[in-house]
Amino acid sequence: MPAFNEEASVGAVVREVLGKLPGIHVLVVDDGSRDHTSAAAREAGALVATLPFNLGVGGAMRVGFIYALESGYTNVIQVDADGQHDPSGIPSLLEELKQADLVLGARFAGEGDYTVRGPRQWAMVVLGQILSRSSRTRLTDTTSGFRASGPRAVALFAEHYPAEYLGDTIEALVIASRSGLVIRQVPVSMRPRAGGVPSHNPFKAAAYLGRASMALLFAYVRPPSTYAIRSGS
Amino acid sequence: MTVTSYIFGVASALIGLGVVVELLRRRHLRERHAIWWLFAGLLALIAGVFPATLTWAASLIGITVPINLVFFVSIAILFFVCLQHSAELTTLESKTRTLAERVAILELRLTHSESESRSDE
Repeated sequence: MPAFNEEASVGAVVREVLGKLPGIHVLVVDDGSRDHTSAAAREAGALVATLPFNLGVGGAMRVGFIYALESGYTNVIQVDADGQHDPSGIPSLLEELKQADLVLGARFAGEGDYTVRGPRQWAMVVLGQILSRSSRTRLTDTTSGFRASGPRAVALFAEHYPAEYLGDTIEALVIASRSGLVIRQVPVSMRPRAGGVPSHNPFKAAAYLGRASMALLFAYVRPPSTYAIRSGS
Repeated sequence: MTVTSYIFGVASALIGLGVVVELLRRRHLRERHAIWWLFAGLLALIAGVFPATLTWAASLIGITVPINLVFFVSIAILFFVCLQHSAELTTLESKTRTLAERVAILELRLTHSESESRSDE
């Protein structure tokens, strides 16, 4: 669970996950927060890894994957610390993980009432179509941060999870599909964000589209050697 | 070309080269970063001492005004040095990132084993 300045919600989210899914271990990666995210998470019963400075979601996730790999966990589920993801969706992600290496919890696939409009939505539709083609499955919500990774995905991501902005969602999918991993999507319901308002600024949306296209383009033209898993490392 | 401008050209090249060599000597500059500067300094020295080589090189590639060749080569070298620095910065950032991740994991393991050994007592 990557968390950056989420002291208000992280405790409740950890408690909810631990309460709904006994037997699961929760690792909160505090991405260099300036508030008491680490303390709140630890108090709620999670393991906490604290990064010395902010690395972005990609950096926080790689800490999680490395820790999972080295500690012998087989599956990793990423859940946002802001309470946006409903932990009751986790069992369906895990169920699908039996046939796949990477499962996305998709926000628009029928359940819940999460919507976006305008350029951001077009960007997501286009991204979804391109990524669906390369992963040979139907993906509608490629920037979802609610995902489950099986052993093969954990091994890949522990070494090569991208740190770039948008790399953590888009590029991760591309390197997963280019590495021959099986990607699936299951519908999940989303709750409104506990704090903060999604922006509808057209300039921001345009910048988002530009950065997303660039991330996507470079993810496809990247030489395979840059995401090959070094065996024995 | 006057004698003064000749001396000025040679002196500038020598000072430039001198600074690079001195930095190398004191290990303030690594060889891989200094190579472009050494190269540029040497070119400047050659063109300063033997201005005829500049005229010859310019006419060889069809540049009418030789000084334009100097500008072109200078900008090209600066461009490559800049690019090299950006690439180096990227490498450094990714190394810092890996170290930060490592530190976070080690700290987690440490607090974990400390709390375990405390509960054993």
